[in-house]
Amino acid sequence: MTTVDDRPSAEIGNRRLRKEDQRLITGRTKWTDNITLPGMVHLAMVRSPFAHARITSIDTSAAKEAANVIAVYTAADFPDGMGACANAWPITPEQVTPDHLPMVGERVACAGEIVAVVVARTAAQARDAAELVDVDYDVLPAVLDGLEAMKDEVLAHPDKGTNKSAFWKLDSAEAGTGGNVEEAIAAAREDGIVIKREYRQQRLIPAFMEPRSTVVDPTGEQVTMWTATQIPHILRFLIAATTGMPESKIRVIAPDVGGGFGGKLQTTPEEFITLAVARRLGKPAKYTETRSESLVSAHHGRDQYQKLTLSATKDGTVTGLKVELVANLGAYVAIVGGGVPVLGAWMFNAIYKFPAYQFNCQTVLTNTAWVDAYRGAGRPEATFGIERIMDELAAEVGVDPLAIREKNWIKHEEFPFTSVAGMTYDSGNYEAATARAKELFGYDELRAEQAARRESGDPVQLGIGVSTFTEMCGLAPSRVLGSLSYGAGGWESASIRMLPTGKVEVITGTSPHGQGHETAWSQIVADRLGVPFEDVEVLHGDTQVAYKGLDTYGSRSLVVGGEAVVRAADKVIEKAKAFAAHLLEANADDLEFSGGRFGVKGTDQGIGITDIALATFASHNYPEGLEPGIDADATFDPDDFSFPHGTHLCAMEVDTETGQTRMRKYVCVDDIGNVINPLIVEGQVHGGLVQGIAQALWEEAVYDENGTLVTGSFVDYTLPTAADTISFVTENTTSPSTTNTLGTKGVGEAGTIASTPAVVNSIVDALRPLGIHDIVMPCTPERVWKAIQSAGSHDGETTTEAQPHFDEAAPNNADPGSTGEGNAQ
Amino acid sequence: MIPAAFDYAAPETVADALAALADSDDAKVLAGGQSLLPILRMRLNAPEKIVDLGKIAELRGIREDGDAIVIGAMTAYADILTDPLVAEHAALLKAAIETVADPQIRHRGTIGGALVHADPAGDVGAPVLALDAELVIAGPGGERTVAAADFFEDLFTTAVGEDELLTAIRIPKHTGWGAAYEKFVRVAHQWSIVAVAATVRMDGDAIAEARVGLTNMGSTPLRATATEAALAGSAGTAQGIAHACGLAAEGTSPPSDLNGDADYRRHLAGVLTRRAVLSAVGR
Ligand SMILES: Cc1cc2nc3c(=O)[nH]c(=O)nc-3n(C[C@H](O)[C@H](O)[C@H](O)COP(=O)(O)OP(=O)(O)OC[C@H]3O[C@@H](n4cnc5c(N)ncnc54)[C@H](O)[C@@H]3O)c2cc1C
Repeated sequence: MTTVDDRPSAEIGNRRLRKEDQRLITGRTKWTDNITLPGMVHLAMVRSPFAHARITSIDTSAAKEAANVIAVYTAADFPDGMGACANAWPITPEQVTPDHLPMVGERVACAGEIVAVVVARTAAQARDAAELVDVDYDVLPAVLDGLEAMKDEVLAHPDKGTNKSAFWKLDSAEAGTGGNVEEAIAAAREDGIVIKREYRQQRLIPAFMEPRSTVVDPTGEQVTMWTATQIPHILRFLIAATTGMPESKIRVIAPDVGGGFGGKLQTTPEEFITLAVARRLGKPAKYTETRSESLVSAHHGRDQYQKLTLSATKDGTVTGLKVELVANLGAYVAIVGGGVPVLGAWMFNAIYKFPAYQFNCQTVLTNTAWVDAYRGAGRPEATFGIERIMDELAAEVGVDPLAIREKNWIKHEEFPFTSVAGMTYDSGNYEAATARAKELFGYDELRAEQAARRESGDPVQLGIGVSTFTEMCGLAPSRVLGSLSYGAGGWESASIRMLPTGKVEVITGTSPHGQGHETAWSQIVADRLGVPFEDVEVLHGDTQVAYKGLDTYGSRSLVVGGEAVVRAADKVIEKAKAFAAHLLEANADDLEFSGGRFGVKGTDQGIGITDIALATFASHNYPEGLEPGIDADATFDPDDFSFPHGTHLCAMEVDTETGQTRMRKYVCVDDIGNVINPLIVEGQVHGGLVQGIAQALWEEAVYDENGTLVTGSFVDYTLPTAADTISFVTENTTSPSTTNTLGTKGVGEAGTIASTPAVVNSIVDALRPLGIHDIVMPCTPERVWKAIQSAGSHDGETTTEAQPHFDEAAPNNADPGSTGEGNAQ
Repeated sequence: MIPAAFDYAAPETVADALAALADSDDAKVLAGGQSLLPILRMRLNAPEKIVDLGKIAELRGIREDGDAIVIGAMTAYADILTDPLVAEHAALLKAAIETVADPQIRHRGTIGGALVHADPAGDVGAPVLALDAELVIAGPGGERTVAAADFFEDLFTTAVGEDELLTAIRIPKHTGWGAAYEKFVRVAHQWSIVAVAATVRMDGDAIAEARVGLTNMGSTPLRATATEAALAGSAGTAQGIAHACGLAAEGTSPPSDLNGDADYRRHLAGVLTRRAVLSAVGR
């Protein structure tokens, strides 16, 4: 047996088609809802239609009588509870964290909350009977909006006495990472520029393609749960921690999972209820949500009010940035719900050299669906705020938006750079990415066209939007997480099994749900071990197979999990070396490993690593004192994050007659370090861009005044399709990361983080001559048109009623509003 | 999403379908299912019986009948789009149907289903109204014909009774008329926020006659009568067209929703009417 000689010299960097695509695209694979077990029963949930109400009675008798109904349960049927949806990241010790139980018996705190479950022989019968459960409610006043919640007039949880969950602050003067921001602002007021802006990060719905589904098999010594999740390992831990079941009695499997975008980074009421019902009945049980249920009750994302104060010298050199956030957490503090906005603390300062910085984040509870990670999680919100206000600074100084950025960004030769928020940026080259993006975009030509359209009064104006983003990814160094009171570590684990037939099994603790890990990990291992790409099998998402892991989110899988794979492979080589020396009767120091083969230096003698795998399987002949076998495990805990960056340019036509926008061109040049598979990277960037553009233009979760989700279907929650997008131009520059040996940075969220401000900046840029300096997202044609209409009538303030203003009386909010007129505030 | 249980009948003739409807107090007709199935699946309605028209051959197809073309109620959008009679004599209908949903839905959805469903944001009502079509309705008492102007009664309500069927749409030939449908949406698969169906008969450079239908400017499709009157017999100058089209929203009462309030819709109606008319006259 030889390792293959005709394989490409390097797999890393190859545009490999994804191994997993055939089964994923055809659906001939194990999605959770495809799983059918003998004797399996089906669940339907009874959900509250009200945002806030006391449950006065639940009559399940008619439902229990219905055809083929096995049981109907309410919370009262589980006096010892069913576990709990835990909050894993209390951002302060005093955080107000209402208990989040899978099923409530007394009071519902948001629409969609589960009050009963019907169990029947078929899903249709369960659904039919669910209609017969009669629940009486006393409707209570509901608070829905974050700024309303700040007033503490209507309480989301009256027993808590306040809607305020936690206040979190980072101050560069106090932390010793920079100066005093109030002094910087005061100085700029005397002789400089102060710009204040309020931005709204609307609420979004992750809208993954595969609705959530859970199957639980309680027969057997271990209870097995298959579930459409991003986090099988964390889920197993939290089931054990909140139900009292021994962790060793629980096996969680995330089979093929159809997208998550953070929306499946949760332990859900439905998972706990399905588990409880299956155990109670001793029968396998399945629950699959409908799309309508998913939109109402899977967690939402974003939903922040942002107030930014930026100070600069008259020439546009930034001197300080103060950020005040109000983040709406919804009805409960979800698994990392409180922490998501806090991640902005290290991102608002972005790529700019602010000497002074302060970040304030107030989280609040409301009677809405809980809010948690959505692609980018905290970084898109921050990137939007800073990239929008940098455009305002450019306008104030009267220079090109790229010029103001260049004046303030970290220069290439200044890396590694410690930011004013205390983060060390590993590597980057903003100059190179920007130069390449401008060239691909035809920046100067488009600026000339813009000028010509302005000159001629063309009803279709052209705007150019810029976003020079960075983000932190590779969650996360465990010590850093510990210092933030996060409930877990950030390491990742990998194992490599060298099978006797020459095949290689790679076990990863990450849990892919569409990202293509099976392909990328195979490429890494093929190169490292010198085995064919096809011979590598990547196993994941089953706590019995990959017993150790921290799953997939936060652009961590490659930079943390991939590095663990590299280290496991290196251990395999190290172990195999001793066997090679023995079998070759050579001194280990005389061996060199390349192309899958240990060769004795200066001779043509050698042995392949897969031959060693076979030899250790037989174990007829191996060195004294060694255990037979060359399999290896590794756990990698990163020392630091990695910081991808990029320059995104968007050209947008704005029809001033209708407010309609039409994207002309979108170019992005991202520096994500070394690239394992360019095809996968392009896919991640394209999808990410569309999600970010969708926030700018199309998507918003809207509740009516009663707390009913108006955007409860895809008729009203306007997700884009391919028909709504243009061909993007994407390229890379490369500054290898220094925080992992592969030199990679994350790319899963980059497109989403960067694109939203580029798009809004382009629309504002088109209309700025009219005195317009903001349009609230999503920038619907109506909002754009109304902004244009009112532009003449006042001084170009944000025009939409959809942006309530900060409460003037609230702490830190004594100075709201914006002028865009230098220090004239 | 699972509909509640229902009885099912699949008759092969109109007479049998009418009998099946008469048989039940709570029956619903199923055509292409593109509006009815979502309603059933979301359990917004749970009829006792579904009468599926899918097997009734006499309800499908497009034929010429003197001064008109006749389209069977069960004719799918996709078949209308490729039909030469429609292209020649009812270009406006074709232009509007091109904008409906996506190819899959256009292969299932029928013109009859769309008209009886009567969603004010649906795209076939306005062209059918603008083309002065007649709707043929069969019921227990025989057949009757209703003018499009009398067909649409309110939101989701038409002249077709619960025990009746729409069987055909008769469209007077508009041979040689220019036509355009201007549909305004935020994302491609969306229903019309506002749309305008315009068709014009030219006399040299002048506009001899014009018909303008409005989508989603009220609880039913509407005619922009003031615009039509101002265009008829006009010289067809850009200025004249702009003025006439500025009247498009007169007498309308458009809805307000997440996509725009009534004022914005009125404004859009004017702009889109101008664009549709300019395009219909070939500019
Ligand atoms: C995702 C999506 C997007 C869409 N986008 C658009 C769009 O952009 N523009 C647009 O105009 N439409 C759109 N539609 C709706 C589509 O046009 C439907 O096909 C149409 O409204 C109904 O036609 P159908 O044949 O499917 O009727 P069905 O759904 O079968 O029936 C609709 C109603 O009409 C009744 N009915 C049907 N036929 C008859 C008959 N012959 N006599 C009496 N009653 C009858 C039924 O009982 C039912 O009440 C969309 C639909 C979907 C699912």
